Amino acid sequence: MSGAALDPTTAPKFQVAAKALMGDSQLRKNVRHATNVIQKKRARVVEEMPDWQELRESGKEIRRHTMRHLDFYLEQFERNCTAAGGVVHWAKDAEEARQIVVALVKASGGAGGSPTEVIKIKSMTTEEIQLNKALEAAGIHAYETDLAELIIQLGHDQPSHIVVPALHKNRAQIREIFQREMNLPDLGGTPQDLADAARKFLREKFLRVKTAVSGANFLIAETGGVCIVESEGNGRMCLTLPDTLISVAGIDKVIPRFQDLEVLLQLLPRSATGERMNPYNSLWAGVDKTSLGGDGPRTFHVVLMDNARTEILADEESRQTLHCIRCGACQNACPVYQQTGGHAYGSVYAGPIGAILTPQLMEMHHAQSLPYASSLCGACYEVCPVKINIPEVLIHLRNKVVKQQSSGLNILANPEVMALKAVAMVFRNETVFHAAQKLGRLGELPLSRKDGQGDAWIEWLPGMLGGWTQVRDLHVMPKQTFRQWFEARGKDAAGRRADDQTGNGTAVRATRRPGDTVEKGTGNGR
Amino acid sequence: MGVDATASSREEVLRRIRSAIRDTPASDVVAIHAEWEALPRIYKQNASLDREAKLAMLEDRLRDYDANVQRAKLCEIGMTIGKILADRGKRRMVVPAGLVEALGQSLPAGFVFAVDEGMTSAELDGFEGVLTASTLAIAETGTIVLQNVPGQGRRAPTLIPDYHLCIVRAADVVETVPEAMVHLQATASLATTFVSGPSATADIEMTRIKGVHGPRFLDVILAT
Repeated sequence: MSGAALDPTTAPKFQVAAKALMGDSQLRKNVRHATNVIQKKRARVVEEMPDWQELRESGKEIRRHTMRHLDFYLEQFERNCTAAGGVVHWAKDAEEARQIVVALVKASGGAGGSPTEVIKIKSMTTEEIQLNKALEAAGIHAYETDLAELIIQLGHDQPSHIVVPALHKNRAQIREIFQREMNLPDLGGTPQDLADAARKFLREKFLRVKTAVSGANFLIAETGGVCIVESEGNGRMCLTLPDTLISVAGIDKVIPRFQDLEVLLQLLPRSATGERMNPYNSLWAGVDKTSLGGDGPRTFHVVLMDNARTEILADEESRQTLHCIRCGACQNACPVYQQTGGHAYGSVYAGPIGAILTPQLMEMHHAQSLPYASSLCGACYEVCPVKINIPEVLIHLRNKVVKQQSSGLNILANPEVMALKAVAMVFRNETVFHAAQKLGRLGELPLSRKDGQGDAWIEWLPGMLGGWTQVRDLHVMPKQTFRQWFEARGKDAAGRRADDQTGNGTAVRATRRPGDTVEKGTGNGR
Repeated sequence: MGVDATASSREEVLRRIRSAIRDTPASDVVAIHAEWEALPRIYKQNASLDREAKLAMLEDRLRDYDANVQRAKLCEIGMTIGKILADRGKRRMVVPAGLVEALGQSLPAGFVFAVDEGMTSAELDGFEGVLTASTLAIAETGTIVLQNVPGQGRRAPTLIPDYHLCIVRAADVVETVPEAMVHLQATASLATTFVSGPSATADIEMTRIKGVHGPRFLDVILAT
């Protein structure tokens, strides 16, 4: 996977992208290793919580309550953030959010003119809107400061996981990138060496660059405060040292009260990285004007972005998608993600949550293959800290995709839908149905082959039907349909009625259920 | 983008939200607050351990994340600080205003304790470490909470120097996260940092590495 941004509007179908990535054995090994390690760590720290299920239930209800009153809590957040000295902006979509951020960065230089650099805290929301590209186009270079994001940026790569975006790279690959991009030919290969190199590379930028851009984990309506959760301290550097901080947050990131953090700050770190608490959580409201020298930036902006979140909110059945707190536990637990890695999803939101979030963020115009990127095994639901029923939403979205593809002119572009329409027509008319059955028995003759037991099987089917026989054999159609058998049996039974009178009938009937005959006579029970 | 554009975007986003949640019965502030109050919260909120078990848990969890912990009597804090700094070979320390008052103890001789009165990042970068008190600590998660109050100060001084020596009073140790949030509620608008061990990353092959950008070394004195 190279520099091309993960863009659901241009990404290939999941099944196509996955097939290509499945051939990359190094990537699969890296993904498997990383997801196994996180899952084990998560399981250990979740097991030590006797009240984990109660926390999940509360997490779910807090998020549900918030979405029910989203307008109220956003306005409350705006009021309190503004009162604390922050500036709140609203963006309808990605384009508007990018324009706002670029303009704010340009203005942050004051009389000195537009800055040419910003430092950034890892933020999937800014990845979602491809902010770095827009900044670059405005002559502003964004330095990603999270270690994984730095690896991605220097490697001209794309994130493959919500929490650990470079999980598809191993230490040798990372070393190569750092050697080349940081000009460190003698760099060692241990994770410690690599982290030290990142520290040296970024420290000068932390101390020098005066404008920072971040996402947000939680916006607290009650206090107008923001919470950012991280590990390395790069987040603290960006949100403390610069003069200006611009935080971009989806409107779904708001929570009602400070006290709600007692639930979410227990659920998030244990689910995300398998830690009891991640190394740093920062909480602040607006700007500080009282401390000598000031505590944190002098100017603080929050950009509240919709970008199709209200579309999701409007669909009662999939509204729970917005409850997500971006822990990535569903990605680690997903047997499909474990095999393909994140890039196959063609979106910065990969894995099960990506499979439901991405198509909805695209208002179902793109990424329609993602709801099918799942075996519906339910592992994602089981680990979700806020109990999002991902399989339920997947099925709901599949339904939407089918409805969309079978409406209007879309049919003509989709042979599968055309075929199913034809099948539906056959099934609706008894005469046509019987004729089709007869035709089927004739048509399958040249394709069938008898096995040792005298059963006939079809090992190969032409065209689209071949998908079925690629992985399994198909039994030939039975010589007699159930209806034919039943009608014939009716004639039989009339002849036997005399026996019933003698008292033997019950026993006879009990041993001759339709299933037996079908199984013996036609092998339909497979 | 101008003020007008973002003002109309505000109205548009709020309109979309209201239209999306039509299924929610219109409710006033009182009703929304009542609904929030009624949310299920049957998870563990209160402590179950005795004092000693709670302190032992905090020590265990801090060590698990590569912090060093030492106990000291409140009256011997000054001496303990001197000993730890000598062992670490740290001499030039930055401290927040009000630390001596917060500790109720004088700082040991033989070291530089420069008070942060709005130092620049570059100035802070010239110190070998930082010494602070703390608001509280959470035993269950091994977390220390720092706020912008006398004795703890601004966020930059506990971030830029590579070493942090932090004093936690045993009386300020709580067992659970919910207990901590109750204590912090009154000061919820203050700049607050939860610190759980020294800075770390697991971004490379999920191997936990201590020390990236924040202080790479964290020592804790548990004052009993």
